[in-house]
This record gives sequence, C-alpha cells and structure tokens, in this order.
Amino acid sequence: MMDAGRHPNITLLTYSEVEQVSGYVGSFTARIRKRARSVVEDLCTGCGLCQEKCPRRVLDLVFEAGMGKRKAIYRPFSQAIPNIPVIDRQNCLYFLRGRCRLCEKNCPTGAIDFEQEDELLDVQVGAVVVATGFAMWDPTLLPQYSYGLSPNILTGLQFERLTNAGGPTAGEILTAEGNKPERVAIIHCIGSRDENAHIYCSRFCCMYSLKHAHQVREKTGAEVYDFYMDMRAFGKAYEEFFERVQEEGITFVRGKGAEVEVLPDDKLRVKGEDTNLGRLVAADVDMVILATAVESQPDADRVAAILGLGRTPDGWFAEAHPKLRPVETSTAGVFLAGACQGPRDVPDTVAHAGAAALEVVRLFNQGEVTISPTVAEVDTVRCVGCGECILSCPYVAIARNDQGKAEVNAALCHGCGTCVATCPSGAITALHFTDEEIVAQIDGLLALTV
Amino acid sequence: MSECFEPRIVAFLCNWCSYAGADNAGIARMQSPANVLPIRVMCSGRVSPEMILRAFRSGADGVLVLGCHIGECHYISGNHRTIKRVPLVRNLLSYVGINPERLRLDWVSSAEAPKFAKVTQEFVDAVRALGPIAEEVGV
Repeated sequence: MMDAGRHPNITLLTYSEVEQVSGYVGSFTARIRKRARSVVEDLCTGCGLCQEKCPRRVLDLVFEAGMGKRKAIYRPFSQAIPNIPVIDRQNCLYFLRGRCRLCEKNCPTGAIDFEQEDELLDVQVGAVVVATGFAMWDPTLLPQYSYGLSPNILTGLQFERLTNAGGPTAGEILTAEGNKPERVAIIHCIGSRDENAHIYCSRFCCMYSLKHAHQVREKTGAEVYDFYMDMRAFGKAYEEFFERVQEEGITFVRGKGAEVEVLPDDKLRVKGEDTNLGRLVAADVDMVILATAVESQPDADRVAAILGLGRTPDGWFAEAHPKLRPVETSTAGVFLAGACQGPRDVPDTVAHAGAAALEVVRLFNQGEVTISPTVAEVDTVRCVGCGECILSCPYVAIARNDQGKAEVNAALCHGCGTCVATCPSGAITALHFTDEEIVAQIDGLLALTV
Repeated sequence: MSECFEPRIVAFLCNWCSYAGADNAGIARMQSPANVLPIRVMCSGRVSPEMILRAFRSGADGVLVLGCHIGECHYISGNHRTIKRVPLVRNLLSYVGINPERLRLDWVSSAEAPKFAKVTQEFVDAVRALGPIAEEVGV
C-alpha cells in the first residue's frame, strides 16, 4: 500500500468518487469528485493530534465492524495511505452545531479547513480497472440466527476484528461480558447456498471459519463446534490445514446450523442436524460466529451504469467470458480486478488483479487497438437525422455529427446490428452482415431445398 | 395440403446464444428437423420486420426468430427490440392474410441445446399442419 502511495507514476485519489466515464478505449475521460476531507493535504503531517483532541466518539461501523469507536475526525485505520484524516461531517460538532473546533485549534500546521469544498477533476485515461470489491450480506435478513439479539453472536468479519491484536480487546477472544468463552459455535453458509438469500457459494468462508476455529482453540482452549454443509478447502495447502484443525479436537458437525436461540441466561443454543449421525443436535455455547455470505456492493448498480458493465445473475460484474476472459468486460479498455467479479480469496485476487494489470499493459503496448470489422456504418445521404439509432444502441456508440446526421464510433460499436434493424430510412448498414447478404442467404437456402 | 409437404422454416439465430445452442444440439447429436434453415445474425435485434417479410416472400412457410433470454443479451438490450418487433410483425401478417402462427419468437441460450431441438420440432410440426404458404396466399 505504501509502495503504491509513493510510486511517482501513481496518483492516489482517496475519499473520491468516479461520477462519470465517457469516451472509448485509449481515450476515456473520467470525471472524479474529490470529496472535501476538511483537511488541507499539503499541510497535514499526519501527527494525529486532531484525533487525540477531538471530543466526539462514534461507533466505527467500517473498519471496527461495529466493535469499536473512532473520532469524528479520523483516519480509516492507523496505517492508512495517505495518513491524512477526514472530518465526518455527519458527526462533527462544528458541522452539527457550530461548536468545538478543537482540531483546528490544536493543529500545529493549520491544516484544518472547515470551508473546504469538493473538487471536480477531469482525468484522461486510456483504460479503466474496476476493483470495487465486495460487501457483507446482512444476517438480520434470516432472523432464525438471532443476529443483533445478543452481543455474542458475531459475523466472521466482526470476529476477525475481535481476534486482531489492534482490535477492541487487543486480540483476546472475550465475550461481550469480558470473559473467555468456554464453548464457541461456528456456522457456515449463513446467507450462502440458500434459496432464501444467495444461492451461490461465497467461496472463502470455509477457510476463514477453519482459521477462526483454530484461533479460538489456540487462544482460549474453548470447545469449538463447527457446523458446516461441505468443507470447501480447494486451494494449495488448504486441505492440509483442514486436517490439522480436525486434529486439534474441534467438533465438526456435518449439517447446517439451522437456528441460534438466545436462552434466558444469555447462553446461545445452536440447533442443527448431524447428517453423519442422522440425529438432531444442539450445542449451548457462549459465542456464535456466523460465516455470512458476500455479495456485490450496494452501489454496484451505479458503477455498472457509469461504465456500461453487465451483471451476472448472482449480482457480480460480468466478465467477457466465464472461462477464457476473466478480467475483460464487454467494453474494450474496461477491466475487472478481484472480488467485484466474483467471490475470491487473497491468492486468487492477487492473480486476478495481476491479470487485469497485464491486460492494460498489453493494451497500451500495442499502440493500436484491433477492432472487429463487423461494425455499423451510416450512409449520410439516406440518413434523415431522426436519432432512432442513437436511442437503440446499447453502447451509446452513435452520435449526431455537425450536419445532424448519425455517425457511428467504430471503437465503441460492438456490431450487434440493432441500429440497422431500427433505422426507418435504411441508412445504416452492418458491415459483413448487410441486408443484401442476409437476403442472399435466405434466397439461397430456400432455392436449395425446393 | 399435399401429403408429402415438408415445411421450410427460415430460422434467424443470434450468434452468441441460439446459434451456439443449435451448434451444441448438433454436437450432442440431438435429433432436430432438417426443415430448419439457419441464418446467423450477431443479435436477434438485427432481425428487422422487412427481413422477416422478405423470408415469407421468398417462400418460407415459417419464420423462427431465436435469441438470448431477456436479461442475457450479449449486447445487453438487443433482444428488448426483438421482443417488441416480432409481435408487431405478427399483427402485420394477419393484416395481409398470412397466418401469424407462421412466425414465432423464442429464447434459447447456448446451453439449452435440448430446448433448441424441442422448439424447432414443435414449430415444424405446427407449420406442417398449417400447410404450404403458397396455398395460403394463393400463388
């Protein structure tokens, strides 16, 4: 992360949003809104005094996964690049009530600027890589798991935060009451492989659940009950890790944990079926970890609209070919990197992102782009400028020229021919799929089979 | 209706879904009727009303338009145009005295080879029952 921040060829625009992308491969223009952090980046030294002095604490729902707090002026995490804070205007006392200003008073370089405004940038780029990641599915949507009804029912992400040395308990695994748990249950496939939530498998939860089981055992010696449907240990050394965890004395129950009940004494009862034994089972535990599904980001619709990205039925961004072209999209020059295309773990993300980077390098090294010759072409004499073709094009590849006639951008045109069939004047041809060629086929085939 | 009448069906197949589905049906050695004369277009949205009428004029007893399922068009929205055009052409056909059942629209993806075989067989059987188009229009 630091290397990326320091590299002379990389400009990091954090706390910024891409609002619009126009143009075509080799020649895109991206309109970016650099949101106002209320801190002047050139003056800030990253000393952190503003955060120490800020009196306003709020629950950190992002980095601390709701398990810890941050200030109204904050860095997303202490190693953030750039190490410059942002003022959360929704929670800052100055923006709410015009009071406080302690950060401004204490800043040694005068870097706080409450009047700072968003900046709009237009950046010319040759290619776009989408690496917008994934979101966690909300387990309150399946109320039988009682998520939210007990502070000791955690999602996998929350447990990660709990067990992290920088987390709210300095890495100790403790119940909300501050005690070491004696019994912990882990339930796989919460919201995945489920007709009532997501039907797909979220791919990497089995492995992190095994890791959690191992961590609980190692740090607390607690009894661990792992309720799973199938164990997906697909990667290099993954099966070996599964074997090792089995040998640590963790109880694996092959059957989905169906329900978590919060008992009157605040203990948690996990009910399920042990399909190996053919029996219903229940475990009363102090802590439950739900391995929740991953899903596409809530703003995926907007990102897809900006870049003309397709979505596969499971909600992830559409790759150009499910097997052979995992990083390209149907728009030339726009590539996908990582989980935004589908759930994947760290090694697979690194491979995928590397592939996307290399596709960009390949594109730029070629100097020219080879496009399919089967594009549409307008006969400007016949064109009456009605604009119907422009409306029908899924790629917005047609525009009005200075004479008001339609003109096709061959770099954007994918050759579908929809405009050809739409044109009431017969002014557009699909090169190599002309009406004459098709009619010749019709006549030829019918003549052959008389 | 002649006893040996075998209808000739011009089928417009989109390159990415229905044409690939037809190809897969062949690879899987599924039985589908030889009456179907495939014409590959890049997208079912390429199929214009004029093209369909031209096929009938050239002697096709039936016209089948097969494309990607709605929401799965390789070109995102090409089939949205098709789903609006074909019913219009069917209305036009009945207006000029051709049985609108001679034109059918369906969605067949590249993975649906059995559906291709089924749809083509059903359509050929239906058109056979309608008789030659020459008799219907009185040429």
